[in-house]
Amino acid sequence: MENRKKELDKNLFRPADRTEEQSDVIARKSTTLLQDAVRSLRKNVFFMISLFLLLVIVLMSIFAPVASDYTYKEQDLNRSLMGPRIPVLEDISFLGLDGTQTKTFNGNNVQAAEMKANLQFDNQEEFITFETVSEGDGSPNSAEVKATYDKYAAKGVEDEYFYFGTDRLGRDVWTRVWDGTRVSLLIAFAAAIIDLVIGVAYGGIAAYYGGRVDNYMMRFLEVIIGIPNLVVVILMILILDPGIWAIIIALTITGWTSMARIVRGEVLKLKGHEFVLAARTLGAPNRKIIARHLVPNVMGLIIVNTMFSIPSAIFFEAFLSFIGLGLPSPAASLGTLINDGFKTLLTTPSLLVFPAVLISVLMIVFNILGDGLRDAFDPKMRK
Amino acid sequence: MKKDNILEVNDLKVSFKTHSGEVQAVRGVSFDLKKGETLAIVGESGSGKSVTTKALMGLLPQPHGFVKEGSILFDDKDITKLKEKNMQAIRGKEMAMIFQDPMTSLNPTMKVGTQIMEGLLKHQNLGKEEAKIKAIELMNLVQIPNPESRMKQYPHQFSGGMRQRVVIAMALACNPRVLIADEPTTALDVTIQAQILELMKDIQKKVDTSIIFITHDLGVVANVADRVAVMYAGKIVEIGTVDEVFYNPKHPYTWGLLGSMPTLESDEEELFAIPGTPPDLIAPPKGDAFAARNKFALEIDFVEQPPMFKVSDTHYAATWLLHEDAPKVEPPESVKKRIESMDHSEEATR
Amino acid sequence: MAYTLFSIGDYYQIMANFATTNLGGAHVARFIGQRIIYMIITLFLIATISFVLMKLLPGSPLANADKLTEAQQEVIFEKYGLNDPIPVQYVNYLGGLVQGDLGISFKYDNRPVSDILSDRIGPSAQLGIQALIIGTVAGILLGLVSAIYHNGITDYLSTIIAVLGTSIPSFVFAGLLQFFVAVKWGILPVATWNGFEYSILPTIALAIFPMATCARFMRTEMIEVLNEDYITTARAKGLAGSAIIFKHGIRNALIPLITILGPLAVGLLTGTLVIEQIFSVPGIGEQFVTSVTSNDFPIIMGTTMFFAVVFIVMILIIDILYGLIDPRIRLSGKD
Ligand SMILES: Nc1ncnc2c1ncn2[C@@H]1O[C@H](COP(=O)(O)OP(=O)(O)OP(=O)(O)O)[C@@H](O)[C@H]1O
Ligand SMILES: [Mg+2]
Repeated sequence: MENRKKELDKNLFRPADRTEEQSDVIARKSTTLLQDAVRSLRKNVFFMISLFLLLVIVLMSIFAPVASDYTYKEQDLNRSLMGPRIPVLEDISFLGLDGTQTKTFNGNNVQAAEMKANLQFDNQEEFITFETVSEGDGSPNSAEVKATYDKYAAKGVEDEYFYFGTDRLGRDVWTRVWDGTRVSLLIAFAAAIIDLVIGVAYGGIAAYYGGRVDNYMMRFLEVIIGIPNLVVVILMILILDPGIWAIIIALTITGWTSMARIVRGEVLKLKGHEFVLAARTLGAPNRKIIARHLVPNVMGLIIVNTMFSIPSAIFFEAFLSFIGLGLPSPAASLGTLINDGFKTLLTTPSLLVFPAVLISVLMIVFNILGDGLRDAFDPKMRK
Repeated sequence: MKKDNILEVNDLKVSFKTHSGEVQAVRGVSFDLKKGETLAIVGESGSGKSVTTKALMGLLPQPHGFVKEGSILFDDKDITKLKEKNMQAIRGKEMAMIFQDPMTSLNPTMKVGTQIMEGLLKHQNLGKEEAKIKAIELMNLVQIPNPESRMKQYPHQFSGGMRQRVVIAMALACNPRVLIADEPTTALDVTIQAQILELMKDIQKKVDTSIIFITHDLGVVANVADRVAVMYAGKIVEIGTVDEVFYNPKHPYTWGLLGSMPTLESDEEELFAIPGTPPDLIAPPKGDAFAARNKFALEIDFVEQPPMFKVSDTHYAATWLLHEDAPKVEPPESVKKRIESMDHSEEATR
Repeated sequence: MAYTLFSIGDYYQIMANFATTNLGGAHVARFIGQRIIYMIITLFLIATISFVLMKLLPGSPLANADKLTEAQQEVIFEKYGLNDPIPVQYVNYLGGLVQGDLGISFKYDNRPVSDILSDRIGPSAQLGIQALIIGTVAGILLGLVSAIYHNGITDYLSTIIAVLGTSIPSFVFAGLLQFFVAVKWGILPVATWNGFEYSILPTIALAIFPMATCARFMRTEMIEVLNEDYITTARAKGLAGSAIIFKHGIRNALIPLITILGPLAVGLLTGTLVIEQIFSVPGIGEQFVTSVTSNDFPIIMGTTMFFAVVFIVMILIIDILYGLIDPRIRLSGKD
């Protein structure tokens, strides 16, 4: 202590005069909610990957069917259940994308096993190559052969490439899958947008006018919420002609309620806030208050909720198709494709795999997008 | 450790790792606590009062809060070095804590009696029945009527003041040698506050513990404390007996605090408010953290942090104004007046 | 979220509001009363819509109408009151519903729908209950581990499981299980219903969604609870970490879970529609899908009505249960 005292310059002990400038530095820059949200979304790797994947899927669902040589309903029983065959990739044997079908057969001896293979593969012996796995000793099913059947050659369509193979009716699965994806997305987007419009209007009106209006509107909402949506959807589908619109209407008839509730809650909360009260006392017209103050503040919630209602609609469409209440044949949606896929699951699993993978990826992508948006727009909800 | 000290804190530094950097919440705090005394810690919001006491209790939020430097001696042991397991034996038994908000500091789904008994069962080798009897005694001690039936109720059936009594009973369960009260009355209304303070004073006489009392309310300090430490931006800027700090304050921040305390006679304009906001603890300023807001700042305040200058054996303050080369500065008139008026009102109540 | 009637978040919000704002025994009673009134209105509405639909739907209700003579048809119409004026039929229909009469399937030898359903409720109930128990228990464990080892590898893993489980539809899981476990590896049987081992795969397929949902929910709840002040209080008492988690943490995190059990159970019931179809389980769901394919409207309507009652009653029970378990609601009226 003693020696330090000496080091200090006496000049330093005069009153300083920089209080003002220093305290200014302290104030932090503030950013808007939207900028913050965008910045945190940019940093979210999963969000960006999902966004990219979604974009790819949407583009594919629009352009792949157009670019394809086939259409979603073009049948040809002669080429039913062809295996997937993709140019270039067909040369990489372990991918199994060369259009051939491989299966093992058992029998008492090699001949018996080969006979079974012939039966299974349209009796086109010259297009089947056999590989004996075990000779067998005459006891039942002791012999095993691996048979590879080149169906493209057998049917004389070596020039054709069905990327995802064909279904039982000989339709090109690649085209149908992307077409189906587009239909599913269309249904989901349409349902989500209609939910949004009705929900925001209903919730906004109820909250904005409040009092008796709000009261009656909420009582009605509670009754609607009480009706299980599966029940409503089934009933609606039964009266409406089957088709895309029937499904959209069925989905929206109960779907808007959660949006309405959320918007009402948020608007009610904002209504009490000072900036709205101030605008009101200054005599701003209702329209302006809604556009200037309420909409921007409710926006985040609306976007998040919509983002979550899309996968839910995709799922419900698939579900309805699955239980036979979906799109009528030959139209394709992910749901109908999956339903068809189950019928040939044991013989041609690829028919289930492609639409199942697509629907799963879509659901995951939308859920991640929804989570990301929720975290970005409302850090309080971040969990 | 000095003989009559129960706790010695030496150059304690506590930091939090956050996304935007390391928050240096406590930046070198030293003080000691004597047996049976009440030490008040005052200072504005964010000055590190709670973090200091959480560090004492080993309750820093894991894993991002940690003691960076310094020691806390208790029974000649540095408890910052203790394993969690050994710390558990001290917590609740030797040192106990009362929290600010009685509304949230009790478990809403557990019966009040059970919550009081938990500590007893953990530390005192009591059977269920004995613990129950002890719990009822404690509830009597903190003046909760009908303890037998109250034991079986849930926190939401208690009023705020009653809940705080429960929290105090819980803290006293094992006769702790150190009791830390972090703003125990802030969340309560004025009459209840007074009751709780009376209760704590009573209890201290009965059970003879040392108390660290955190508050914003200088009136409360005058009422309950023997000594007072003033904190600013993670440091103690002035420490001394209540009389010393209140009637002979040396640090400009203490002047500000005293000046901003409303009294019955004072007019609004007379309040000596401290301009500006506390510094960013992620990148604290090089010199005195208070310099930027200090009307009386010297050039050196922006260059070097002041050491603790001794005013008397018990009174220290960290301000360059106490340096022999510094100009002699008197507290502002309004603060002086405030101190005088405090003097009178104190006398009137005595 | 996928299967549920309401979004789970919504539902939770209703209950949370209820829990925090309506303290007081009178409120609870009024809340339950109000709930029951809504339930009755809703059921009445659904019944009315069903009835109108039945009358609107084209075609004769008789399965083999063309094979019967005019006179024979007349006898049947007379017998089932199909000749009465519509309002009378409506009153009879409502009266029947109250007594559990869901109508008659003309395609199944004029069997009452309620009989058909009661034959098939066993497997559906078994699947549903097994899946609910397995799903919630596994989900709770997963969520707890995740929350306790917050931000560790376990947490990331179980978060990934939860995202996949809530996103991937149950029928995709069902397809995977069927193809690999049953067909490729031959570990477990499928495609018949012949004892417990036949229920394993469908149960797993059904349980994944509730498991993932519970895991997510539990994780957020538990993290929130572990940040509560009363947890710090418990630590300040010197309790060990395990005691804090078990005595103070889990209980408080579990109570709100009850609020999502309703929607989850409803989701399971919906899920049985597809899962039973895929695994050929002779339950109500499979019957329903068959009836949709064969346009057996009385069964469709009857089953729908049955679902409606089950859904709504289940939700009601869970609301009340929540009130009973959370002491903040349960005891608030007593003093
Ligand atoms: N968990 C945490 N993570 C990051 N920073 C924290 C954390 N807890 C406290 N801090 C920071 O530490 C500093 C001191 O906080 P502390 O709670 O001790 O203030 P205080 O003096 O008790 O204030 P109050 O009077 O408001 O209770 C603050 O700047 C705060 O932002
Ligand atoms: Mg504090």
